[in-house]
Amino acid sequence: MIETILISISVIMMVIGAFFSLFAALGILRLPDVFSRAHASGKASTLGVMLILTGVLIYFIGKDGHFNVQLLLGIIFIFITGPLAGHLVSRSAYYMGVRPSERTVRDDLKDAK
Amino acid sequence: MTSIFVIIAIIIVALSMIGILIRVILGPTLADRVIALDALGITLMAMIALFSVLTNTKYLFVILLLIGILAFLGTAAFAKFMDKGEIIENDRNDTY
Repeated sequence: MIETILISISVIMMVIGAFFSLFAALGILRLPDVFSRAHASGKASTLGVMLILTGVLIYFIGKDGHFNVQLLLGIIFIFITGPLAGHLVSRSAYYMGVRPSERTVRDDLKDAK
Repeated sequence: MTSIFVIIAIIIVALSMIGILIRVILGPTLADRVIALDALGITLMAMIALFSVLTNTKYLFVILLLIGILAFLGTAAFAKFMDKGEIIENDRNDTY
């Protein structure tokens, strides 16, 4: 009984995470400039992959009673380094001279060099 | 019954990988391509996790952690290359 409940929760989390990953890809395809694409990639993609990995962790707990520490370490690593990579790349892109799109209202970093 | 939903999730993740790959090909600047490649690496981690559920093995998780670390290292190195023009600075003649 408890195995069925755990496997059902894990499958629901996997499908929701896959849809989050699809929405992140749509954001990377359709948003206008680098910074909004980094926004989509750093949040939606990270959350989607964390949901999928948590689903796989719960699946193996429910199926075999096997708690995998490597998978937990992977989840924590994604949670730390996913937004950090987006921050690094968008900061380097701003200082390299990539302009934001024309619809940008306010540029706080204009006279920071 | 479980494997049907896992296959559906694999198909959705594969569609998102195709979308990110289109952005890698036609991104206007270098930073677009770097961000899309980072997202591609992270999505590849999700794909390997789903395949380990589908094939019912536990030996793929090492590869998953390795791909995560390598994707972050590559993105950090490329960000520093875009910022400073070199990745490892080895000026031995600096006077501090």
